Amino acid sequence: MSTKMAVFCVRRTLLLPFKSCTQVRLCCTFPTRLPSPSCTTWTTSRPPPGHILTQQSRSYSDVTARHQVDYLPTTDAHQLTLIEDAGQPNTSLDLDAWSAPRALEEISEEEAATMLLPPAIPPASASLQDYVDHSETLTKLVQLGVHLWRLQQRPHVGSMLLRLDFHSHVAPRLLFLKETGVEDSRLGHVVSLNPFILTEDLDKLRARVHYLRSKKFPAEEVASMVSRAPYLLNFSVERLDNRLGFYQQHLGLSAAHTRQILARLPRLLCGSLEPVKENLKVCELELGFKTKEIQHIVLVVPKVLTANKRKLTQIFHFVHNTMKVPHHLIVKFPQVLNSKFLRVRERHLFLQYLGKDQYDPAQANYVSLQRLVSPPDQVFCTEVAQATLGDFGLFQKTL
Amino acid sequence: MASPAARMFRRLEGLFCVYKPPGIPWKVVRDTIETKLLKGLDALPPLPLPEQIRFLAQPCSNALTPKGLSASSVPVLSKHPLVTGSEFKRISVGVGHRLDTLSSGVMVLGVGNGNKVLNGLHSLQVTRDYTLEGEFGSATDDFSHTGRIVERSTYDHITQDKLDRVLAMLQGANQKALLTYANVDMRSQEAYEMAVQGILGPDGKSPPILKGLRCIRFQPPNFTLEVQCLNETQKYLRKVVHEIGLELRSTAFCKGVRRTRDGTFTLQDALTRDRWKPADVLSAIRQYHAGHRQGKQEYKSQEQQDATTREELQSR
Repeated sequence: MSTKMAVFCVRRTLLLPFKSCTQVRLCCTFPTRLPSPSCTTWTTSRPPPGHILTQQSRSYSDVTARHQVDYLPTTDAHQLTLIEDAGQPNTSLDLDAWSAPRALEEISEEEAATMLLPPAIPPASASLQDYVDHSETLTKLVQLGVHLWRLQQRPHVGSMLLRLDFHSHVAPRLLFLKETGVEDSRLGHVVSLNPFILTEDLDKLRARVHYLRSKKFPAEEVASMVSRAPYLLNFSVERLDNRLGFYQQHLGLSAAHTRQILARLPRLLCGSLEPVKENLKVCELELGFKTKEIQHIVLVVPKVLTANKRKLTQIFHFVHNTMKVPHHLIVKFPQVLNSKFLRVRERHLFLQYLGKDQYDPAQANYVSLQRLVSPPDQVFCTEVAQATLGDFGLFQKTL
Repeated sequence: MASPAARMFRRLEGLFCVYKPPGIPWKVVRDTIETKLLKGLDALPPLPLPEQIRFLAQPCSNALTPKGLSASSVPVLSKHPLVTGSEFKRISVGVGHRLDTLSSGVMVLGVGNGNKVLNGLHSLQVTRDYTLEGEFGSATDDFSHTGRIVERSTYDHITQDKLDRVLAMLQGANQKALLTYANVDMRSQEAYEMAVQGILGPDGKSPPILKGLRCIRFQPPNFTLEVQCLNETQKYLRKVVHEIGLELRSTAFCKGVRRTRDGTFTLQDALTRDRWKPADVLSAIRQYHAGHRQGKQEYKSQEQQDATTREELQSR
């Protein structure tokens, strides 16, 4: 009897083609069976997980070839009648009579060879857990430290990773990153944040690194930029060129200074330019800094270009209007614009309570903004405020 | 065998309180604490990966393994944290009585099973202590210092004596409201006994009631009030300050609302921002459980004493 069998292709894809069989031949058992006198080894009805089945040898028996269909529900050990073809009329299907395949049963060699087994890995899954142990690519990525769980949350990234072949797709790009200077410990981080680097054309990647080198970025800086902004090399040369030009033009800095800023904060080259333009406008109009002052602030703290405008204005308003620190002193210590507002507020109020809030360099007991903001709590309490950490905690509870 | 993270997660069940700084929404506080607890759980070492015997292809095949496969014990990568994600992806952290963005003070949070107790906290007649900082001279539209100024007035005529008289009048009105919402006939023995024990108060829903109100500092234009209240909101307390200003024929607005006590949780137990870490939260929860057990024992012994005295009275 010829039947169309369901073909399960065990390929490395997340969604496998499932050709449903039109006819299913169910098994039949005779009421009595004689065990074979020849050497017998036992087979299990369901293969153990993770076990490659070619290892077990099958036993011989006189039973006619039958096909185990393991994915049918097994309930009672009853008999089933044989079904010829589904198209034939007058066939009775008595599912209750189907006998569960007993675990330690002997089957013939031919029967074992034609045995229909469900795939060890499911044809479709929402998680990469089912495929990690069977895919060389995924195994090697986990060993590299790639965060597969986070990547599979993103749409289509899981399927993409499964379809990659390690030796032809992944390895060349990892070697390229290594050549560029990215450390081995950072490769996992780069791929976790930007899995699309594994599908980018190698020539284009090389061209972009070459472009950055041509703009006189030293090799170590290019490596550190790629490592800290993993999406950098996915952008075309035109886009990188556009951004470099924008920063040099709008900030009015020299080439060396622009390189310095971008080496310190490479994600400026990856993100959109609109928030940066808005931040520059805020600094100029709302905060009232002059162009030279903005250039100096950005050189020292490039993060101001991508900071949250509301938080930036809040902290500036507090430092300038409440603490009465003039513009030129803020420009001298721009780190205060990058710090947490609550930290600055609590420390200033503590110093005010102790009578030590002196921010004028001309006066005695001057406290610089850097000494106010940068040190950790313990150092601030002992050196600047001359109080204990416990006192600071008690004071925080009075605010 | 439970991992260290699972053991710590099981210990994170109970109530603790934090000090909410002003200017931060209560939800940000709750989210920050949940994130920090999850980070602490992630930092703990995971259990070693289970191993599995697999038949892997070896480059050199000898006669013993005809297909070039040999058995080796390899870790099961499908159980690796990089593949499954962290063991705990969320912790249920609940908030008791909330505080609005401008106010600060003691906020009770519950973790795990402690959240069930939080529901009970709401229904109990538990009072809360507040400190209200007020300033005479202006009135704003939302009664706080961040609102738009609606009116300005002088305050030179205000003395401590006048303020105390206004506070006494307010307290009297609140006391009356307390008795009204108690749903007990004032002329009954039951009401007297409840009043003697100090449990005479509104049961269930009622408008905000101030059980106690006094001025602890008076330096015009600034003054500080201490309030014990039930069923209140912070905006109502700011409105009280505004009304005090009106009663004194001037204007006032509220500069700060600070909760100093929520039930049995005081400022002393509250965790400041640098202590919002798993270790400190665990010790706070342990403290709560210890205090809770002691309170239960005292309550039980008190009940037994009451029962014995009642029996004696009956036998006489």
